[in-house]
Amino acid sequence: MRVALFVPCYVDQLRPEVGVAALDLLEEQGVAVDYPPAQGCCGQPFLNAGARDAARRLAARWVHVFAGYDFVVTPSGSCAAMLRGHLPRLVETPEAGALASRTRELCEFLVEDLGVASLPGRRAGRVALHASCHALRELRLGSPSETREPPRRDPARVLLEGLDGLELVPLSRPDECCGFGGLFAVEEEAVSCRMGLDRLGDHRAAGAEWVTSTDVSCLLHLDGLARRHGLPLRALHVAELLASREAP
Amino acid sequence: MSHSERAATFVADAERTRWHDESLWFVRERRDRAADAVPDWEALRDEAAGIKRHALSRLPALWEEFETAARRRGVRVHWAVDAEEHNRIVLDLLRERGVGRVVKSKSMLTEECGLNPALEAAGVEVVDTDLGERIVQLRREPPSHIVLPAIHLRKEEVGELFAEQLGSPPGLADPTELTRVARRHLRERFHAAEAGITGVNFAVAETGGLVICTNEGNADLGTALPPLHVASVGLEKIVPRMADVAVFLRLLARSATGQAITAYTSHYHGPAAPGRELHLVVVDNGRSRLLAHPSLWESLACIRCGACLNTCPVFRRSGGHSYATPVPGPIGSVLAPAREPAGHASLPHACSLCGSCADVCPVRIPLHHQLLTHRAELLASGLRPGRRRRALALAAAVLERPRLFAALGWLARRVGRRLPALLLERLGAPWSRGRALPELPRESFRALHARRSRRDGR
Ligand code: SF4
Repeated sequence: MRVALFVPCYVDQLRPEVGVAALDLLEEQGVAVDYPPAQGCCGQPFLNAGARDAARRLAARWVHVFAGYDFVVTPSGSCAAMLRGHLPRLVETPEAGALASRTRELCEFLVEDLGVASLPGRRAGRVALHASCHALRELRLGSPSETREPPRRDPARVLLEGLDGLELVPLSRPDECCGFGGLFAVEEEAVSCRMGLDRLGDHRAAGAEWVTSTDVSCLLHLDGLARRHGLPLRALHVAELLASREAP
Repeated sequence: MSHSERAATFVADAERTRWHDESLWFVRERRDRAADAVPDWEALRDEAAGIKRHALSRLPALWEEFETAARRRGVRVHWAVDAEEHNRIVLDLLRERGVGRVVKSKSMLTEECGLNPALEAAGVEVVDTDLGERIVQLRREPPSHIVLPAIHLRKEEVGELFAEQLGSPPGLADPTELTRVARRHLRERFHAAEAGITGVNFAVAETGGLVICTNEGNADLGTALPPLHVASVGLEKIVPRMADVAVFLRLLARSATGQAITAYTSHYHGPAAPGRELHLVVVDNGRSRLLAHPSLWESLACIRCGACLNTCPVFRRSGGHSYATPVPGPIGSVLAPAREPAGHASLPHACSLCGSCADVCPVRIPLHHQLLTHRAELLASGLRPGRRRRALALAAAVLERPRLFAALGWLARRVGRRLPALLLERLGAPWSRGRALPELPRESFRALHARRSRRDGR
């Protein structure tokens, strides 16, 4: 099985620890992971901004770099959603379509493809899982609160729940958006910040010490707000949380 | 003014933003419970989505069938190509009969057409009889929500308004008391009215009948008393069969407010009694053009339940008026730029792409994906600010060259780690106006990985 790790551009530059944690988790499962150094942005920010041509060029480049792998795994729900959902329509080649269907969000890959039921070891802390909207509503990793579809388990939740010592606290609004939204964060700054503060408020009311999520972008936004407002909450990517276990 | 500027004003009032958000979230939760009570909610949505799309694919045939059946029942059907023609038809009907006083039940279409100002300009008194609508009419402002027109107001504000304009005792804030005041006031208007204007929820092709849903019975009273009933309907509101209505009635009130069904669901088959008149004005006003769009046509399936407004995290925190359109929220952000791109170019960006709207929509309109379509079309047609386009082009040029991106990232982190925090924050605005900047790491993943591979001898 040839597995490639895709580390989204902003994770590469701003939160490299998340990439390292993802790599650790995959290697722990005995997966040999390639990191093709020619990789770059998948085009998601451009697609979301309406810049379809730029998105198409970046996506085509991305396909070129990753073609040939059995799976592409990424610690980002939103990039995985872009690649699975939009890539085939942006780059209309059979190669792109096939690659899209073999792209996975990290927890999804661990739970659904590798069949990991729980990870050994301990990790203390009270955390709340902030659902990444794109992982939830585009990739359907979990059951959106709006729908009455047959329930689907959220792989990130499965792994966190299975972790010894970790207390997963419920939020009053299970899947409310944090307000990051890419360019939305700056175009609609006031609403974006209000949304984030409300989301943090829900976490605080639940007694969480950590906000965790499958998306670094949500976390950069929430962490920035928490620090600016002096809230006793820190953001940690699910991969970091899982990789920082104490050995059993 | 853009949506974000108007939204910033709303958000600045933190207290109002909080209860606006909480009130609408409460409605969303009621909707969730109502959906739970229906065993096959998702199948029902599929059914509704299918009926609407089918109907939209054969509008001309359905309307012909409708007109034949409706005529037989004594309904006069008029066709209006745009808002102006709609208003003229209505005004002519009123003038020919010497009508000077009109009561009107809720109709987003007449909002869209600007019927009230047109009638008032011609000297006709028009009174909105839906309580929320009447409140905003007295305040001389547009509704802020398609189902809950006065949701942006506190009951105390309504009390002040009634004291000022309806002569109720000052300081009234009890909803029941306030409703009593409105009821007495509206009774007089109902009795004085010479015509009743209504919207339409569903026009049924096979029967030529109209279905109107309200919670206050105001459409019923407004059409039962005066001799003339004028109903306005959008081209997209037709369904083929009476049986189809059952599907929508199960979804509409549940999605809108979490009720099993609206308090009043009235079926009109011709004029109420001999000597009475029922006129229907069918309005296009850009709908046939929207129907020709390869993907946005699906937005015509909307049944105006308001669920996408209630669930939208942006709407809940920016208020309906921030959209400056007759229909606000996610569906409004799809409809308004389709009609007039230049005037509403900021709306498709008033969205974090969370996708909750599409999952709540009873007719499965892929609302957030439609906003993406708008974003692409607006950018391509040059309707976005030039600096935004240039910034995107520059960013793409860098990201297409991963080596250059890595080098620039290295430089930015190196310089960034040395710059004074305040200067950095200036540079990082508007991201860093409300948020602390991320602590910059020493190395990128790329660099860490290269070292790790060397260490492991790979
Ligand atoms: S778009 Fe869907 S959810 Fe929104 S008002 Fe229309 S029918 Fe309701």
